[in-house]
Amino acid sequence: MLSLLAATPALPLDEAGKYVAGAYVVFLALLVVYVAIMAAKLQRIERDLRELASFAEQGAGRAAPEREEVSA
Amino acid sequence: MYGKGLKPLSIASTAAIVAAFSLVFFYAPLDADQGFIQKIFYLHVPLSITALIGFVVGGVFAIAHLRSGDSKWDAYSYVSIHMSVIFGVAVLATGSIWAKASWGHWWVWDEPTLVSFLIVFLMYATYYPFRYAIEDRERQGRYASVFAIVAGAFVPLNFMAVRMAQSLVHPRVFATTNGGLPGSMMLTFLACLLAIGLLWVTLVKFELTAKSASGQVKRLRRALDAPLPGGRSRVAPEVS
Repeated sequence: MLSLLAATPALPLDEAGKYVAGAYVVFLALLVVYVAIMAAKLQRIERDLRELASFAEQGAGRAAPEREEVSA
Repeated sequence: MYGKGLKPLSIASTAAIVAAFSLVFFYAPLDADQGFIQKIFYLHVPLSITALIGFVVGGVFAIAHLRSGDSKWDAYSYVSIHMSVIFGVAVLATGSIWAKASWGHWWVWDEPTLVSFLIVFLMYATYYPFRYAIEDRERQGRYASVFAIVAGAFVPLNFMAVRMAQSLVHPRVFATTNGGLPGSMMLTFLACLLAIGLLWVTLVKFELTAKSASGQVKRLRRALDAPLPGGRSRVAPEVS
């Protein structure tokens, strides 16, 4: 690994480096934006699931006394 | 079930990207003509190849949808095109930066490669309004599939037309009479192509998994007869 690093050309971060860095940063920025959008979607799905779980629990709570009345 | 294998795929694509970018900056030699600027090539070209193949793959899934009538293939086609459009944005952005650095202009209108990619990108940008203009889900999927097949067939035709056109400034790197890329550059390029391709597959799977989860929640809501929160409407194809 050290010999590989020693053999590598120095990165010329002058005028050209600015553009190369810009291109790679644009790519990474797009990836980050995409991941952020997907995270927001995931949060919405989680919120919907929580809401549905409480809805189902309320429904089960209401159904239980009704069943007791029928059996009595 | 779409999430199966997503974790190892994500790890593999991250490792592949790190390895490929390491090769770009620490292994591939500097180009004799363009110097350090040429490093954009290893990002820009794999992105564009992946995006174009993704468009064609979207067309192939659309054929499967029309043949079988299974909405699963419509979702695959939609997600493939969606991801390729995102990759297309990256292609245009990195290409513009490379053009500015090499030619001194952000965009060159008399260059067939650039303009043809822009035409393909804009054509697929119309896929969304075209798709969502149709309310009936059955018709929406069918018409979108026809669009995806026709547009997918246009991509290789467009590519061949550009290859036949006489280019003024855009380099022809592969299959040239001069022998193309040297070995170390070709190896780096192939590693980048593999990494970007793997990233595309991972993101498609990620998107399908999210759509599937969203579809399952909607099915559950219907089964429980629960009201929709805020009258939210669905715009993307559902995966169950």
